[in-house]
Amino acid sequence: MAWTRKVLRINLTNGSIAEEPLNMDWAMQYLGQRGLGTKYLSEEIDPKCDALGPDNKMIMITGPLTGTMASTGGRYSVVTKSPLTGTIACSNSGGFIGNEIKCAGWDMIIFEGKSPKPVYLYLENDKAQLLPADEMWGKSVWETDEIIHKKHQDPLIRVACVGRSAEEGCLYAAIVNDLHRAAGRSGVGTVMASKNLKAVAVRGTLGVGNIKDPMGFLKATNEGKQVLKDNAVTGEGLPQLGTQVLMNVINEVGAMPTKNMQDVQFEGSSKISGEAMHEPRESDGKANLTTNAGCFACTIACGRISTIDQGHFTVENKPEYWGNSGGLEYEAAWALGSDTMVDDLDALTYANFLCNEDGMDPISFGSTVAAAMELFEMGVITKEQTDGMELKFGSAEALAWCAEVTAKGEGFGKDLGLGSKRLCEKYGHPDLSMTVKGQEFPAYDPRGIQGMGLTYATSNRGACHLRGYTVSSEILGIPEKTDPLSTEGKPELVKAFQDATAAVDSAGICVFTTFAWTLEDIAPQIDAACEGEWTSESLMEMGERIWNMERDFNIAAGITGDMDTLPKRLLKDAAKTGPAKGKVNNLDEMLPKYYEVRGWTQDGVPTDETRARLGL
Amino acid sequence: MLRSLQIEPEKCTGCLQCEMACSYQAEGVFNPAKSRIKVFAFHEEGRFVPYTCTQCTEAWCMHACPVEAIVINEATGAKEVIDDICVGCKVCTIACPFGTVNYSQDSGVVYKCDLCGGDPECAKACPTDCITYVDADHTGLNRMKAHAAKNLPE
Repeated sequence: MAWTRKVLRINLTNGSIAEEPLNMDWAMQYLGQRGLGTKYLSEEIDPKCDALGPDNKMIMITGPLTGTMASTGGRYSVVTKSPLTGTIACSNSGGFIGNEIKCAGWDMIIFEGKSPKPVYLYLENDKAQLLPADEMWGKSVWETDEIIHKKHQDPLIRVACVGRSAEEGCLYAAIVNDLHRAAGRSGVGTVMASKNLKAVAVRGTLGVGNIKDPMGFLKATNEGKQVLKDNAVTGEGLPQLGTQVLMNVINEVGAMPTKNMQDVQFEGSSKISGEAMHEPRESDGKANLTTNAGCFACTIACGRISTIDQGHFTVENKPEYWGNSGGLEYEAAWALGSDTMVDDLDALTYANFLCNEDGMDPISFGSTVAAAMELFEMGVITKEQTDGMELKFGSAEALAWCAEVTAKGEGFGKDLGLGSKRLCEKYGHPDLSMTVKGQEFPAYDPRGIQGMGLTYATSNRGACHLRGYTVSSEILGIPEKTDPLSTEGKPELVKAFQDATAAVDSAGICVFTTFAWTLEDIAPQIDAACEGEWTSESLMEMGERIWNMERDFNIAAGITGDMDTLPKRLLKDAAKTGPAKGKVNNLDEMLPKYYEVRGWTQDGVPTDETRARLGL
Repeated sequence: MLRSLQIEPEKCTGCLQCEMACSYQAEGVFNPAKSRIKVFAFHEEGRFVPYTCTQCTEAWCMHACPVEAIVINEATGAKEVIDDICVGCKVCTIACPFGTVNYSQDSGVVYKCDLCGGDPECAKACPTDCITYVDADHTGLNRMKAHAAKNLPE
């Protein structure tokens, strides 16, 4: 129950569309979204396949709580093989399309093959059609959204689509839904575009029912909402300041990656913080932030809705950027700002708008720009490549220009679209790429937060904060405080966060709930909605099963244990300022122990006993 | 005491909990497509506005109905549709100046907000108190108070 038990399978090569029943044995083992999607993908593709070839598949999948009144119950995931990392890719998005897919009667949509011509999927409950997308190919996300709404004469359609960056092969292209929410990381949008699939447009009017115990479900979800409301982070910090609540906090603890991770603190951080987004501008007296916004069913509402000063150089005479749109979240503000040393809030907002408009992961984009800036200042990249642009750290003009050319895949934008790893390799300095397994770092320097180093090194999709957010414990003290500068106990902590997060990511709810919720709060909601018995223990075990399944996928794809590492800069060059001054990340103190607590060999491979214990 | 739904749009985050609560109460499924209250997102302006029936005293829908299928619930003041009498002619949907009476293809009759019999689910589900159910004689109370507060000494 809570599942619709229906899978929509679409073969883009021959245009066939088929309905099949959800594999309930797998649903009981992997729940939904990340877990269940990865199970399907693992069973159906060769992990060695070319991520951008027709043999890769792309799965859009909801969770059992998607489309229900559970707080934040609107999530969906895109599961595929990543062209950026060669690992499993699973990117999670909020907004409203997850609910719409579920309301149309589907748990998941599997896309296979490659369409001979650009198409989009139009899905209205049981009616699924592949329609020509010629008029929207070459158009941005925002234009595509408008074209679809006009064409179908239906303002209630929800759209997920790719922009020009994906079409041009940018390796960190996102799938953007509802104009400014995104399945952002690992290049899932690049995969979608490689299949000549421009958009998925959905209208669902069937609703979500099949709740096992309706009264129990409403009770459990109401209790959950109260916990979120009473919590300082989810009840106050996130609604008021968004994830940007972290900007000043992380800078103070000396874990703010700056200047392509050469430094751990950024002088300009307060100018680009959540607090700064509330400050009235000198020019028009308005704040950058108009309001906060919630995704579907979200009672936290951390989303930022912002405007850019109409007189700012980035939007002068460009009224199309004068309205409100999705504003800066912490990761974007960090990557576009601190890592490039740009402290101009409007320039960051502009770059963020462009990331939404043409579907780019702002983390990977910002980090790649930072790497390019370092290479420029070294004289390796010159004005010859950059069309005369001075690609210097701190240059808002350079950042805006980079966003424009990468969004359209023009000139040097093609190089930036390669991502940091391939860019640095191309220009002969692979060590300057701040990536793990080819994916760029998020906004927590592992010299100042030791556990995050282990999280990044072992993440199944390359460097990522959403695969185990030990920042919660190491900085915020959730559920209990650990010392961010110590490696002690971190292998166990990282494993616990990784497993719990894999479970949350499979349920249909947002991981931000876990600032307040533990699995003890989540299990009763799943248990009341779904058949079977769901406890915090069974969810934790499921999370571990998912983690190991992902690991097995990666091993089969040729990703080996020696890639569980960090760039030399983080292992050799000590932090220069702040509480972590003099520290590097001591990954070597944590990794062997981590393999041990995981039940893996010292080469990072799950043992037969571990696989058997988890039913793999 | 009669009560009214009071909507203060500036508090809305667009989460649609109200739409789910409404559809669940009325239809038994979580289904915004069947909600009697709708939240409109004005993207360019960065605003969200919930909208539903205001339960007019001289209700256009009620007066327009040729078969008297819309009646007043004296206890709540709500104008309620009697499904068994409604013939689905849709005249009320044309008569209503606000668009809050709508036709359902599934049931063949019209549907509108009935205040859940005096305990509206949307107001209970709203996480920001954007939707409240207050004394019908004092729907302006919060706004009055907000303006009154401006007169407080510094």
